[in-house]
Amino acid sequence: MNRLYGPLDPAPDAGYQDPPARMGFFTDTSICIGCKACEVACKEWNGVPGHELTMLGMSFDNTGALTANSWRHVAFVEQPVPAGRQTPAFAGTPTGPTIAPAAAADAVTTTTDTGTEPGLDPGRHPDSAARMAAGPEFLGMPASELPGRQPGREERTDLRWLMMSDVCKHCTHAACLDVCPTGALFRTEFGTVVVQEDICNGCGYCIPACPYGVIDQRKTDGRAWKCTLCYDRIGDGMTPACAQACPTQSIQFGPLDELRERAARRVERLHAAGETTARLYGHDPEDGVGGDGAFFLLLDEPEVYGLPPDPVVTTRDLPDMWKRAGVAALAMAAAVAVAFLGRPA
Amino acid sequence: MAEAHPVGFQWVMEAKERGAKVIHVDPRFTRTSALADLYVPIRAGTDIAFLGGIVRHILENELDFREYVVAYTNAATIVSEEFRDTEDLDGLFSGYDPTTGTYNPESWQYAGQEHDGVRFDTSTERETAGGLQHESHGHPVQGRPERDETLRHPRCVYQILKRHYARYTPEMVERTCGIPADKFEEVARAWTENSGRERTSALIYSVGWTQHTVGVQYIRTGAIIQLLLGNMGRPGGGILALRGHASIQGSTDVPTLFNLLPGYLPMPLVKHTTFTEWVESIRHPEQKGFWNNARAYSASLLKAYWGDAARPDNDFCYDYLPRMTGDHGTYRQVLDMIDGKVKGYFLLGQNPAVGSAHGKLQRLGMANLDWLVVRDLFMIESATFWKNSPEIETGEIVPEECRTEVFFLPAASHVEKEGTFTQTQRLLQWREKALDPPGDCRSELWFFYHLGRVIRQKLAGSTLSRDRAILDLAWDYPTHGRDDEPSAEAVLFEINGYEVATRRPLSAFTQLRDDGSTVGGCWIYCGVYADGVNQAARRKPGREQSWVAPEWGWSWPANRRILYNRASADPEGRPWSERKAYTRWDPDKGEWTGPDVPDFEKTKPPSYRPPADATGVEALSGIDPFIMQGDGKGWLYVPSGLIDGPMPTHYEPAESPVRNPLHGQQANPTRRTYRRPANPTNPSPPEPHSDVFPYVFSVSRLTEHHTAGGMSRTVKYLAELQPEMFVEVSPELAAERGLVHLDYAHVVTSRAAIEARVLVTDRLTPLWVEDRVIHQIWLPYHWGGEGLATGDSANDLFGITLDPNVLIQESKVGTCDIRPGRRPVGKALLDYVADYRRRAGLTGDHRTPILTTDAVEREKP
Amino acid sequence: MGVRTWIEGWPVYRQLTGTDPLGRGAAAMSPRSAALTARTETADSMARSVCPYCAVGCGQRVFVKDGRVSQIEGDPDSPISRGRLCPKGSASKNLVTSELRQTTVRYRRPYSREWEDLDLATALDMIADRVIAAREATWEDSDDEGRPLHRTLGISSLGGATLDNEENYLIKKLFTALGALQIENQARI
Repeated sequence: MNRLYGPLDPAPDAGYQDPPARMGFFTDTSICIGCKACEVACKEWNGVPGHELTMLGMSFDNTGALTANSWRHVAFVEQPVPAGRQTPAFAGTPTGPTIAPAAAADAVTTTTDTGTEPGLDPGRHPDSAARMAAGPEFLGMPASELPGRQPGREERTDLRWLMMSDVCKHCTHAACLDVCPTGALFRTEFGTVVVQEDICNGCGYCIPACPYGVIDQRKTDGRAWKCTLCYDRIGDGMTPACAQACPTQSIQFGPLDELRERAARRVERLHAAGETTARLYGHDPEDGVGGDGAFFLLLDEPEVYGLPPDPVVTTRDLPDMWKRAGVAALAMAAAVAVAFLGRPA
Repeated sequence: MAEAHPVGFQWVMEAKERGAKVIHVDPRFTRTSALADLYVPIRAGTDIAFLGGIVRHILENELDFREYVVAYTNAATIVSEEFRDTEDLDGLFSGYDPTTGTYNPESWQYAGQEHDGVRFDTSTERETAGGLQHESHGHPVQGRPERDETLRHPRCVYQILKRHYARYTPEMVERTCGIPADKFEEVARAWTENSGRERTSALIYSVGWTQHTVGVQYIRTGAIIQLLLGNMGRPGGGILALRGHASIQGSTDVPTLFNLLPGYLPMPLVKHTTFTEWVESIRHPEQKGFWNNARAYSASLLKAYWGDAARPDNDFCYDYLPRMTGDHGTYRQVLDMIDGKVKGYFLLGQNPAVGSAHGKLQRLGMANLDWLVVRDLFMIESATFWKNSPEIETGEIVPEECRTEVFFLPAASHVEKEGTFTQTQRLLQWREKALDPPGDCRSELWFFYHLGRVIRQKLAGSTLSRDRAILDLAWDYPTHGRDDEPSAEAVLFEINGYEVATRRPLSAFTQLRDDGSTVGGCWIYCGVYADGVNQAARRKPGREQSWVAPEWGWSWPANRRILYNRASADPEGRPWSERKAYTRWDPDKGEWTGPDVPDFEKTKPPSYRPPADATGVEALSGIDPFIMQGDGKGWLYVPSGLIDGPMPTHYEPAESPVRNPLHGQQANPTRRTYRRPANPTNPSPPEPHSDVFPYVFSVSRLTEHHTAGGMSRTVKYLAELQPEMFVEVSPELAAERGLVHLDYAHVVTSRAAIEARVLVTDRLTPLWVEDRVIHQIWLPYHWGGEGLATGDSANDLFGITLDPNVLIQESKVGTCDIRPGRRPVGKALLDYVADYRRRAGLTGDHRTPILTTDAVEREKP
Repeated sequence: MGVRTWIEGWPVYRQLTGTDPLGRGAAAMSPRSAALTARTETADSMARSVCPYCAVGCGQRVFVKDGRVSQIEGDPDSPISRGRLCPKGSASKNLVTSELRQTTVRYRRPYSREWEDLDLATALDMIADRVIAAREATWEDSDDEGRPLHRTLGISSLGGATLDNEENYLIKKLFTALGALQIENQARI
């Protein structure tokens, strides 16, 4: 029976008998070089439109967020924190206070016209952006005056430059799909979540439903667009465009079970090597979305990368609501069915 | 490497996963630094001081791989007693001539060879980029130089090196490069501990090393370290040049360079009046190695050019070759354009208005031609200088007064033609054609074949002697298809070479002959069409063959993947260690064997010692792995062949805010300069006014863009990733100059002022240099006025000053000022830059001093 | 290959009678979704090529459908790149199909402010005339000492490191025969 919460294999649950293994992405940010090949390969394969040319000042990120016109997004976070190096990057140089919090605070106020709704929302508060950029140890407020003129701040000695390719999580319990009234969003036999462009009518219900803020509409046609995990490619046994292009295999594609095992081993190895901040995100079937089909190895708190720390499927309480609404819905469906069946051929 | 060669970087990441330590030395923290185990910020332009410190660390602590060094390098060779070091002469080597600004290198020779009749003319060699001609071989070495294999002789190379680098202490590195001594020592330890029998270290560089007035010597210093540590010719070792364009290696091998013919055969000088004189200047009759057969390579090339007309009795039409008399390089040409000496200019997939140093001079040169042909995929800045350049705004170019006739011819893309690229590891890969090009788009093959055909038609019947060369040219390639495209395979076949009588393709350059019986368009590529098969088109999947993957494409020479791999075995031919086994001598079979093609005569045993009178290949002993060198040895010390000295020594860049901490001689005393008012050099100490341009700047690439932007600012998915020109500054410099994140700033030199958005980032750091804080700023150089993403060009900031060996410009370091806000526009911009020049004293008959030491005077008796 | 399930019938019927009563999976699959296939599978042809950007030399597969490039992606067979491409290599289709690409000859007359159209054959003929004239005007037969020079310094050329070896070979061969010495390349820069 269909469930909206807890561990689950989504494809059989969505009516597929003997489906192929659930497929997904494991994005290992510890080896991401921030090249953005994933962004481009995705756009080339899926014919995703471009956006306006604006420099955002978010380190090397000029895409800003996942939108209907960017289905992969590489985030860059500069942090003046130890990066596990034997000798810190700037040890012995005449460095002053860090700029990272102030630059990050500036950057969240920049935006570009992505041609989508809600598109690139400045969203995060400058204070929180500043906090993320300075890493877990940051305590102060972002700079309100020019760097170097603030007294009492410790000099930076090390630098960590985090890079992470974000993507739709293809949740086990996908609220976008649950709320879609037209059946445009559907679960594929691979357990992925796909918007069907021939069905979507642009109602936009899915947008607030997504706990990750992934779903977005194109202004040109009003429809919702997002990562399909290259449904057309994987159906032919191919690798999604982003994973195929990724130079360092930071983006790995495969059966989700295998990926989860690989990821667990990778975390162990990193911990053994002293990268104690390495942790997985979205891998746990017990989490608020039943685990993600696209999960990540992160080197810091999820918020630092712009990810919600504890996402919960927004339709978690839907069954309760259905007890009241379900009968009416079924009656409506039956009436519609009868109306269709009654038509002359 | 992660920035500019991301896919190549997968192998670094894989090595790191297996335990390799990755060290990144760069003026700025890049995407490569982010993944490195150790990041070392360095003051731009001080790499020889840094690397020299490593050499000292090796020699002082005797950490060299002694058995390798003694057997395979010239460490034991005794140098002339006439030689004087920069340590003796305040930064000059012996033999400096202040009137020409070049050296007489007679005193640099091995002992006993100082006056052996080989004439040195480094002034001409500098003019003609002589160093580049020796890319695959050294200068001649006569006879058998004296050696002391105990390395104790005070004039042996080992001891000379040790003295030369004795002052490159960790403290000196710190003072010069801004690298803290303990951090430097961490690098030195890691490098030496990871080298030897069981381990090898690789050194990777790119144009961050070549684009300097001492660029060749940077790479030489790297070579000294890698030879001392035994990292050459061995798996996991070597010096890897990461080249930046799909076939830039190919375009030096099969060159479109003024001083080279295919296969690094030099273009003749005017003094080479006969074929034999020219050939003897290449092969040096008494020398060891494969260059001894240069007569066969040269005759076969002329035979490829002039076919039946090229015969032994007419010296294979040698008289048809144009002769060099001096510097005919691209920067000389641009100045000659401004002076009205050049009538016409072809730009073939090249955008010098953005990509070359001193963009203004590039554009003014184009504006003073009779005609310009631009062949490109997109409408680039170099095609539109007459209507859309910065000089239109300033009034320096007025369309109604600019007579240059411009032809823009659209080019075929890489998928619309077939042919080979040679990638960065000398590997030729054949591209299949996917479809015909659109509209008027054509390949260069098409354009030049048909241009030659039309010119030959127009000149047919001419009786002028100068037209014989064009009329006798072998120019009959088969054509096919809709556009009469010439056959690229037929051209590759000619490059490979064949036997004239049978048209049978040759399989190795050893088959080339000097009697006119063979054709060979590029001797080092001989074998690419072995057995009549296009070897470059081989595509056996990597997973189906050994890790060396010898059946994917074809690499020159002879499909060898690691050069000089004889050195991967010890003098007896055994691997130095099983862990690093590669090429080895198989005594049972009596041949060299391994996963690669051995870079040695296959059946010459390690025990072979040549007869006393042997020359050429025969003179190479069984323990001479560096088979293209005149003595078969790796050169720690270069007795001749380099313009600026036998050993690298630290010189400051042509523009520096710092007085040279090591020598009175500030900058490379042999650098190539062009003195004219439009090409000033910012003052450096000991000149006054260097404080007008107090900051160091460097430029390089972003992952998201390609060179001058013609193939990336025009592509929407790339343009949006890095949409605007920007400048990276440290928080400390931002505070000092009042620069605000994301606001505009402008950068000023004595040539130009350009504007950019400010990116204040912790990735840049000031450095302590000589007890001063030195700020460095960084700019990407991809922008120009055309395409989707537009902005000012960083290369406009540079002047033209060149490395003396290869005539490559110093465009990785300069001095500048940076100010908040946008630059002035129109004529006000010219006034603004002129005011900086005035304040810097760069007016009237100002001359930048080349010699900044009185050592020459002192040397005189 | 071909693991996609095809279920007959229309959605609501499938939803009510099938295994997907909530209509979130199999029952919701549209005919378009059901028929999806990777366009590389239906290409008319595939050429094995090499990326035109940097010198790593990554393998590319170029797919063509109806006379247009339909996809360019990494060639997994390449022992150099193992199927991977950077953002530039991944943008190759955009590069070759860009609307900004020039596909016709453009001509700027001396002292003009605008481009004009020009026929390709005419352009080739005009360029040939100009090469011959420049060569004639600047020809140097010998130096002051009577030594042969056999050259012109009136013609320059620069580029390009993205050209094929075969192209560079013909460029150098033709220019050398014309006595044009000032032939340069990005390799100098």
